[in-house]
Amino acid sequence: MADKVWVYIDHSDGKAYPSSWEALGAGLILAEDLGGGVTAVVAGAKVKDVAEQAIQHGADEVLVAEDALLADYRAEAYASTLSQLAKQNQPEAILFPTTTRGREIAAMAAVDLNAGVMPDAVGLEVKNGGVEVTRPVYAGKLLSKAVSKARPQMITLRVRAYAAPEPDASRSGKITPVSISLNEAELPTKVIGYNQAEAGVSLTDAGVIVSGGRGVSNNPSLTPPAGMDEKQAEIWRAQQGFKMIGELAEVLGAAVGASRAAVDAGYIPYEHQVGQTGKVVAPNLYIACGISGAIQHQAGMRTSKMIVAINKDPEAPVFKMARFGVVGDLHTIVPALTEAFRKRLGR
Amino acid sequence: MKSVVCVKLVPSSDAKVVVEDGQVTWGDAPQVINPWDEYAVETAVRQQETLGGDVTVVSIGGENARDALKHALAMGCTQAILIADPALAGADSLSTARVLAAAIRKVGDVDAAFFGRQAIDGDVGVTAAQTARLLGWPSLTLVSTISQLDPGAKMIRVERSVEEGRQIVEGKLPAVVSVVKDIGEPRYPSFMGIRKASKADIPTWRLSDLGLQAPEPLVTWPEMINPPKREILTEIITGNSPQEIAEKLVDRILEEKVL
Ligand SMILES: Cc1cc2nc3c(=O)[nH]c(=O)nc-3n(C[C@H](O)[C@H](O)[C@H](O)COP(=O)(O)OP(=O)(O)OC[C@H]3O[C@@H](n4cnc5c(N)ncnc54)[C@H](O)[C@@H]3O)c2cc1C
Ligand SMILES: Nc1ncnc2c1ncn2[C@@H]1O[C@H](COP(=O)(O)O)[C@@H](O)[C@H]1O
Repeated sequence: MADKVWVYIDHSDGKAYPSSWEALGAGLILAEDLGGGVTAVVAGAKVKDVAEQAIQHGADEVLVAEDALLADYRAEAYASTLSQLAKQNQPEAILFPTTTRGREIAAMAAVDLNAGVMPDAVGLEVKNGGVEVTRPVYAGKLLSKAVSKARPQMITLRVRAYAAPEPDASRSGKITPVSISLNEAELPTKVIGYNQAEAGVSLTDAGVIVSGGRGVSNNPSLTPPAGMDEKQAEIWRAQQGFKMIGELAEVLGAAVGASRAAVDAGYIPYEHQVGQTGKVVAPNLYIACGISGAIQHQAGMRTSKMIVAINKDPEAPVFKMARFGVVGDLHTIVPALTEAFRKRLGR
Repeated sequence: MKSVVCVKLVPSSDAKVVVEDGQVTWGDAPQVINPWDEYAVETAVRQQETLGGDVTVVSIGGENARDALKHALAMGCTQAILIADPALAGADSLSTARVLAAAIRKVGDVDAAFFGRQAIDGDVGVTAAQTARLLGWPSLTLVSTISQLDPGAKMIRVERSVEEGRQIVEGKLPAVVSVVKDIGEPRYPSFMGIRKASKADIPTWRLSDLGLQAPEPLVTWPEMINPPKREILTEIITGNSPQEIAEKLVDRILEEKVL
């Protein structure tokens, strides 16, 4: 339990988020400079499998906190679990994936431990024995260096900023069950249930994203069913357009994104919104269809490795960020692109 | 129903923010109420409209943070408090949370404290959860729907927007609630509201009024930098037909091995 670098492995019902392995990858790099190995922390009701996977992904030891009270995610219970373990073992740094839980557990455990939180790190550097974090601020318009003088240094890693180590089934490590003290009477919340999200590729983890904007509804050649008013017809057109975008996404194994204008107009649910007030994504390939590229949209996608823009307006700002652009009507280009990818990728 | 809503003044989302001579500047772009906090204000005001009671809006900041407070008053908050103290310059999230927790205690008998999901300057997104932890109240973050709120029975039921969908959670009041966009679009301040807000008397609380010492921030920002310029060479793909354009585009994308 003596490792200086800890990584909190986030999971949902015993299924680890890929970004947890990215955090483990970052932890391994950090441990090279800080010395020692990497200890993973896994908490939940039944998480032995996750612990095994953590070893396969490079952890030297896994602290496994299993408790029936951790069956549902409750911030208070998870934060208490982590802070109890950290108080006993005094790690130098605890890394988390920037999932909603990772951010919240880091925040609350930091209160218990009187520690500093540095969320959304894209870079880590060991300086004077501490970790200097690089993190985007002002929606990525600037980068800020951040350091914490308290220990442990609580750092969440932006999704896709670090590579996940390849799992190695032959790796061995130490799995240490730990006991923690939790008391139902002290937990101020109860989880009643879940309304599942629609299935599909998760936007934040996606390697490829195809996004649609207001332009997706702009297809006058489609005749909506009789009896629709103008607004209904616009939404209907947009839904046909997003179907087409979905087909391209399917061929690419991609997630579907959207601009705020598309979400606000009711074309597609908010879960798909990319941008400052939506999700921040960093895929290898981001295809923007009928999106002008407003600064708030850029905030969510500017760090994509390659941006491709399809827009009928050659002056649209999105072209300034794009590696490849097509000036034209997305309603003819997108289906042709789907076909061309299908042929080339043999799908 | 008595609630507090916490708002911050930030450079507007379309501001061009850069570092010049080591200083962060945004030219003459205006500073506005943090857009996420408008959702928090909207939530608090709606609860007040159905349940009665009052809403106190608080902001930690300089004199100019009064603008954010006035916006919230114009949207319907009952009263506003500015927390300003030179000792708060450079406060990190934990120091901020400590001050907000003390302010919420000082307002007294609060059933719920509402927060935005994150402030769009520092993009930290931890203050609500930290304030809840300090107060020992349930932390109900990323709330998309409040399905029940009963100050009499001291209970609240919400839906939280998390990775795997909506988590339905019940908690005891008082609670800290941070909201996301699905909670409902913030209203525009009415003309009457703006007039009322412009005349409002906004008291200032110092750290000493809250019984607090100058905080010692744990997290500091030794340097802000402009992100490295990405030289993007844009290539416009043309052709005689959508098919030809699509095939060329696919070739070029595959050549660069991003897939
Ligand atoms: C506080 C705040 C937060 C915000 N947060 C976000 C956010 O998180 N995400 C976000 O996206 N926006 C956000 N916005 C909104 C943002 O400013 C823009 O309004 C929005 O991104 C525009 O969406 P759009 O590009 O789809 O629409 P538009 O700007 O209307 O652009 C539509 C584009 O489609 C093109 N087009 C039209 N028809 C076709 C066609 N048939 N074929 C090809 N191209 C076509 C047009 O040329 C145009 O460029 C925010 C704004 C504010 C003030
Ligand atoms: N200076 C401040 N004054 C009042 N409320 C704040 C302040 N800073 C943050 N908050 C609240 O905390 C939320 C999250 O902020 P942050 O953790 O800084 O991203 C904001 O949306 C506000 O509701």
